[in-house]
Amino acid sequence: MTTIFSTAAVAGDNVYSLVIKDHRFQPSELTVPAGKKIKLSVENQDPTAEEFESHDLNREKVIAGNSTATIFVGPLAPGRYRFFGEFNEKTAQGVIVAQ
Amino acid sequence: MFATAVIVFREVLEAALIIGIIAAATRSVAGRTRWLLAGLLVGLAGSALVAASTDAIAAMADGIGQELFNALVLGVAVLMLAWHNIWMSSHGKAMAAEATKVGQAIRDGQQERSILLVVVGLAVLREGSETVLFLYGISAAEGSGASSIVLGGLMGVLAGTSIGYAVYAGLLRVPLRWFFAATGMLVLLLAAGMASQAAHFLIQADLLTSLTAPLWDTSALLPMNSIPGMLLHGLVGYDPRPSGMQLVFYIITLAAIAMGMKLASRSLSPIAQKGKVS
Ligand SMILES: [Cu+2]
Repeated sequence: MTTIFSTAAVAGDNVYSLVIKDHRFQPSELTVPAGKKIKLSVENQDPTAEEFESHDLNREKVIAGNSTATIFVGPLAPGRYRFFGEFNEKTAQGVIVAQ
Repeated sequence: MFATAVIVFREVLEAALIIGIIAAATRSVAGRTRWLLAGLLVGLAGSALVAASTDAIAAMADGIGQELFNALVLGVAVLMLAWHNIWMSSHGKAMAAEATKVGQAIRDGQQERSILLVVVGLAVLREGSETVLFLYGISAAEGSGASSIVLGGLMGVLAGTSIGYAVYAGLLRVPLRWFFAATGMLVLLLAAGMASQAAHFLIQADLLTSLTAPLWDTSALLPMNSIPGMLLHGLVGYDPRPSGMQLVFYIITLAAIAMGMKLASRSLSPIAQKGKVS
């Protein structure tokens, strides 16, 4: 039963930060370890809402303007995982590299 | 959009069938149109009230977490879809018979005309609030925009009311059983897909373990953002990279509802049973 609910928090060093500013992700390329659960902390510094979306990671989350959201991903197999901002797809592009 | 159209179509069809059958049965009752319209308006107003309070709940839960709220709404929608499907598999035919009976009683003067308002009002209210809830579930599951929901909703309303009108116009020989069987199957798959999406949100919020993720990867073969991918996602909950837990939720929901429907149709009343034999 202990495996059903993943109450175990992600260790502090597995937290990765992304910033949305001027409809762009900073950094646009994020390197993370493969095979581990990752906590993504996405801070939207724009006044408008953005949707963090990734088909590769199977994630989708709306982040209101001037606020921070948490998204858990992984454990990931080594590889490149593209993500983008659904509301500003032309500029808001990024990739997570798991290795 | 297609999932929205299917849900709205089904709900509108159910309400339209009741209204159409009652309207046909009370053709000779003076002033019946006014009572039917009043019932329709009362039902719609009640549904709007439900929609408005769902918005308030959504805003409140935003602080707790989008994922939690989405998972909760999806869970409630799955339960209602399950209940609805199980109920329909035993009462689909009885419902039509009931509406005919009420219409007859009113025509024969055994019942007040105001009962038209209540019957129609309740039918519209029930189907209307179900629609509101399901649409919230769909928008949570698909993350689809308001425009695609409006478009799908309009398609559903149009299709549902046209069939309701066809019934009213005398096409009572349309095999209703077929409609209910086909839409029932679609709703079953839709509910399973919603359950798997609810699991997905709980995993994203780190409240549920994923078991294996991804279980398979068909994103190159049939990507989610392709038209067939979207259709399959909306209809049967297709996910190109599902986690093991999502599949577990999907299968359990599918099996539980299918079993409930089977049990319900087996315990049919003798009258309904007779109708089933044909
Ligand atoms: Cu219904």
